[in-house]
Amino acid sequence: MTALLEVKDLVVAYGKIVAVKGISFIVGEGEVVTLIGTNGAGKTTTLRTISGLLRPAGGSVLYRGEDISATPAHQIVGLGLAHSPEGRRIFPRMSVEENLLLGAYGRRDNDIDRDLKAAYELFPILGERSRQHAGTFSGGEQQMLAMGRAMMSRPKLLMLDEPSMGLSPLMMKRIMSTVTTLREQGTTILLVEQNARAALKIADKGYVLEVGQIVTEGTGQELLHSDEVRKAYLGED
Amino acid sequence: MSTITSSSTTTGRERLGLRLALAGGALLLVSGLLSWSFEPIFGDISIRLWPVSLQVFAMLIGLTAVALALSPTVLRRALGWVHAGPGLWALGIGATAYTALSLAAIAVEAGGLINANEGAWIALVGALLLLGGGWMVRDRPRAPEAFSAQGPATVEIVTIVAICALALAAAAYALGRDDAWVFVLFLLTLGVIGTALARAEVFEWLGGAAGRHQHVLTLGAFAAAFLFPFTQDGSEINMSIATLVLIFAATAIGLNIVVGLAGLLDLGYIAFLGAGAYVGAIFSGSVSSSIGWTPPFLVTALMGGLFAALLGLIVGSPTLRVSGDYLAIVTLAFGEIFRLAMFNLDGNNGPDLTNGPNGITAIPNLSILGFDFGESHTIAGVELSRAANYYLFMLFITALIVLIFARLNNSRIGRGWVAIREDERAAEAMGVNVFGLKLLAFAGGAFLAGVAGTVKAHYDTSVTPDQYQFLESAFLLAAVVLGGMGTIAGVILGAVVLKLMPEKLRFFSEYRLLLFGLLLVIMMRFRPEGLVANKRRQLELHDDDQDRAAQTDRSPQTKEALQ
Repeated sequence: MTALLEVKDLVVAYGKIVAVKGISFIVGEGEVVTLIGTNGAGKTTTLRTISGLLRPAGGSVLYRGEDISATPAHQIVGLGLAHSPEGRRIFPRMSVEENLLLGAYGRRDNDIDRDLKAAYELFPILGERSRQHAGTFSGGEQQMLAMGRAMMSRPKLLMLDEPSMGLSPLMMKRIMSTVTTLREQGTTILLVEQNARAALKIADKGYVLEVGQIVTEGTGQELLHSDEVRKAYLGED
Repeated sequence: MSTITSSSTTTGRERLGLRLALAGGALLLVSGLLSWSFEPIFGDISIRLWPVSLQVFAMLIGLTAVALALSPTVLRRALGWVHAGPGLWALGIGATAYTALSLAAIAVEAGGLINANEGAWIALVGALLLLGGGWMVRDRPRAPEAFSAQGPATVEIVTIVAICALALAAAAYALGRDDAWVFVLFLLTLGVIGTALARAEVFEWLGGAAGRHQHVLTLGAFAAAFLFPFTQDGSEINMSIATLVLIFAATAIGLNIVVGLAGLLDLGYIAFLGAGAYVGAIFSGSVSSSIGWTPPFLVTALMGGLFAALLGLIVGSPTLRVSGDYLAIVTLAFGEIFRLAMFNLDGNNGPDLTNGPNGITAIPNLSILGFDFGESHTIAGVELSRAANYYLFMLFITALIVLIFARLNNSRIGRGWVAIREDERAAEAMGVNVFGLKLLAFAGGAFLAGVAGTVKAHYDTSVTPDQYQFLESAFLLAAVVLGGMGTIAGVILGAVVLKLMPEKLRFFSEYRLLLFGLLLVIMMRFRPEGLVANKRRQLELHDDDQDRAAQTDRSPQTKEALQ
């Protein structure tokens, strides 16, 4: 399995505060990889750095072997990395369709309409309400829109930042099963989650972050059954 | 669903209210045929059966009232979709204000209320009846037709064309009023009828119709604007005001790209107009310009635009990277720096380019392809004065700017701007080149202002630093905000109101700023989205208004349920 994304010794700082202290991990093509950890562990910062919204203070981000740590954010999307940000960040006063079209902002090909249909197939509710303002949606629907929007750029690698945040258990299941579907359709996924159990269940590989450093890594099943992880993140004794 | 079932039955109270309003409207109509004063003031309102000025305005209000009051019954087939209740209520308040102000005008001009004749009093009675009737029907629910109102295409097109013609007539009439009272009362009448129609949701229908026949509307509006000089019969004063309005409007639309579309607060926009004007003046061949070279005007216009855009890039590239209010501060400072720089480039403190505080004067008239803008030309038997030449040329430039605005608004770039306004960080994550798009809006807006400035220099015949002070930037911004950010029609309307009022109300010029301030405060309180609302802006500004949001979301389904 070849590495689609390789993060090497990444250091990210907000002024003097170092949020990510030299982490390294690999996302192989076709995998679901998850980063888990508590608040402030540096998960979101890592994602934002990969997608170019933050600049690293050290280390590198290799996408298909090329360093993209200095590439502007709008070009990174064009390379095939899509980022569904924390808190969903949909455009509330734009219609569902406009939101989706913004996901395809960097594309200039003629297949956008087809992908719009594909997004509506993936999430039928979006198709039913394509003209409705996204701000009127419930949390789960907004998460679907955020994922549909990210998929509109035809990413090779989809980065999801806490997709289960604030969702009902039922909706969370629905979102997680969609992640699996997307993987089956050939999209590589980097999933950041606080809900460790749900994420590890579907992940091939997992990395546990603690205050900016990777403390444990392994396959999803390994981590799910490791005593350390169970105590710290799954709330089990 | 409850609103729809209840509307099919008209309660007794509503029936009485409609009758009262009808009677009030009829009285207003009749009052126009009577004598309003014993003195022959305001174009002689003392004669019976010969309605002029105030009398005509009263009749217009009366006509609107009659149409609204009859819409649920006699005129149901044609106007059943009108939301008569709130419309009549607004009209009642407005009509009362109008007649009261008319009586005040008569009292002031003719020397006391004793000089008001029966017509004015009957109009007051009519207005009060209308007010009472309006109050009784103000909660009347929408008619079921309101949800599916769509006229035949021909009717809609004819309506649009008629409105363009009416706008032309109204503009020509307003410009021709020399009496400040008549002018104010005319504006009030337009405002009253406009508000009433807005409350009656006529503009929703019109908006739909305009959306379905956008090209007709655009062409009609430009045809009306094009025909305007031909209605003025060589009147240089009116045409020069109209040209000033048009230059102002074109600049305001340019600013609207920056403010309304990209959401960047630019407080120094007038400097870009000034930059263009200075380029136009310096290369005009004027004696007071230190550069003797005079390229063809199209080259000068392009140079003016590019110079302004270059300034835009210089100011924008460091500031647009940071979000927030920095841009407002920097542009405010830039406007002042520009003015002071022009003030000082007189040879004493730097290169002799602008002739300092005296400015560049005696700028010759434009001459494009042998057409001399300084001379009168007779076309189709109508004399077109110097101002009319510039007016028509500015109209052409305005059309270009409107075209650019519309194309940008409906493009991928336009969608990117909306996304930036909504959530800059999310837009960036979507692959929107935030900085690039902002810079495009900023420099592009500057370019358009620069081009307009080169024409303005020739029209004004002189360019001095104090023409381009901060106050002018504030007025441009006021036109955009007052008219409706992100819309073309709104900004043109805002520009017309803001530029026409001081020209026509010279006696008011000392209090002009006070009046504008008051107007803006009132607007921000009651209609923050501006006279003509951009749908998305309306949503942004009325986020708390749950009813409205629910209404707009539900209406398609409701429509389906009705069919």
